[in-house]
Amino acid sequence: MAEPLLSVENVSRRFGGLLAVNGASLSAPAARITALIGPNGAGKTTLFAVISGFLKPSAGRVRYGGEDVTGERPHRLARRGIARTFQIVQPFAGLSVRDNILVGAHLRHPARAVAVTVAEEVGREVGLGDMLDRPAHTLTVAGRKRLELARALATEPKLLLLDEVLAGLNPSEIRDIVPVIRALSTRGIAVVMIEHVMQAVMSLAEHVFVLAEGRIIASGTPAHVTADPAVVEAYLGRGAAAKVGTAHVH
Amino acid sequence: MKGFLPIVIVVAALAAVPLIVHSNVVLNFLVVTLMIALAGQGWNILGGYGGQYSFGHAAFFGTGAYVTAILQVQYGVNAWIGFAAGIAAGALAGAIIGALTFRAGLRSSYFALVTLAFAEVLRILASVSPITGAGVGLLVKLDLRAQAFQFQSRAIFYLVILALLAASMVIAQLLERSRFGAWLIAVRENEDAAMALGVDAFAIKLGAIVLSAAITAAAGCFYVQYFLFIDSGIAYGTWISIEALLTPIIGGVGTVFGALVGALVVKSLGEGAKLVTGDVPGLDLMIYGAVLILVIRFAPRGLVGALADARDRLAHRFMPPRRSAGEVARG
Repeated sequence: MAEPLLSVENVSRRFGGLLAVNGASLSAPAARITALIGPNGAGKTTLFAVISGFLKPSAGRVRYGGEDVTGERPHRLARRGIARTFQIVQPFAGLSVRDNILVGAHLRHPARAVAVTVAEEVGREVGLGDMLDRPAHTLTVAGRKRLELARALATEPKLLLLDEVLAGLNPSEIRDIVPVIRALSTRGIAVVMIEHVMQAVMSLAEHVFVLAEGRIIASGTPAHVTADPAVVEAYLGRGAAAKVGTAHVH
Repeated sequence: MKGFLPIVIVVAALAAVPLIVHSNVVLNFLVVTLMIALAGQGWNILGGYGGQYSFGHAAFFGTGAYVTAILQVQYGVNAWIGFAAGIAAGALAGAIIGALTFRAGLRSSYFALVTLAFAEVLRILASVSPITGAGVGLLVKLDLRAQAFQFQSRAIFYLVILALLAASMVIAQLLERSRFGAWLIAVRENEDAAMALGVDAFAIKLGAIVLSAAITAAAGCFYVQYFLFIDSGIAYGTWISIEALLTPIIGGVGTVFGALVGALVVKSLGEGAKLVTGDVPGLDLMIYGAVLILVIRFAPRGLVGALADARDRLAHRFMPPRRSAGEVARG
């Protein structure tokens, strides 16, 4: 098998006495959706921050497209084709939706006229076509999540890191956005998503990594990892797997 | 070219003023006001569009002024060359201060304080160095010829400063429509989000402070040619740092006309108050403070911003709010 687009090799990240990520490894192939799940505080967002260059790892390497990109600055990684969204949405609140997306579109298109056209296309693609003139701060939570996605997409990434884009959305909003994410991988973009909405993970991801207390404790297909006793214990506490198992028997 | 028509109209209207008004007092007032507007426009590039609030634009104003004066007085260089060199020196000062502060990752109030410190250090250095005339200052020799950048008529000076201000407004307008401007505004709005989208925040801020410093330095160069005198208290004094940031904030940060509107309002109020109460020292600063509080409370986007909001509200009153087909369908 060819080298995956992204591979994270034994990455650790320490904050003072806290080892937030502890020797985690994962990989993501092109044109596939990979999920990163795990309980709160497992270190998922920290791992994303390391991959996207916002944090330097204390140890380990990040390889992207066959090159070692460990510790490179975020804007350089964005130029290489790594885009991310933020778990806590970070809109340019004072700007219109169009101008928000335009910032991303400018990465590949210096000319304003071209960049505006691209931004509007991307806006429509994620379902913000009606709201391009609205100031970003007037959007609903669902709208802001879409805007995060749109801005990242406008940079024309090869690898897209989505940090809980579904969190805080109601079921119908999730239903609306899932096909948008699925369409990305069919366009050739490698998607790595941190997600708590398991229904979406099960339907979207082909491969799942489970992070708990900074370590990857399981990986495989969605069905495989959810059946893994170690994963159940990580979420529900030690001994839970046995109890759940017993409960099933009864 | 879209967006340039308002600049042309405003500049043309201002250019017509000397045809109607011949009072030296009024022309002098307008020259000083436009000079402050130019300094403010420089601040506006970095502070208004880039969100980096400098409290020390005197560093650039003074560097421009001193380089222009020193080259003429100490080295006998032609005034026009001195003027250009002053702008270049201001830009260089901006590059140095910007590289040091932005590389150190200073943001918001830390950046403001450090810029203030730079201006104060320069003021003290200028007040003791022989080359700047130390405490005495520098007098440029009176030589009322165009090749010495001195003019008999105040109207000519007025047109020169108007041309400089017009150029700075064109720069601001070009900035608004460019990738550099879009990225600068993105850095202002959210630096982390901008970096995630491929914006090299350091390079963008550095570019902005160089441009900003060059424009404010041009105002300093002009000051020397107009008053033919400079000392450390004028060149690097806090007065110019304050006026450079006050005018765009009152007029409208991050707008093409904010600095001009702000300078006209602030200077008119200052002069008006002096007429009523006589020349009480520090009165103008008290008025600036009061106006600043009112503007921040009632028009945080400045007068130009408030005007735009009022226009939008009027438009909404007379037209049904624009609802697109999609929104209507969804109810």
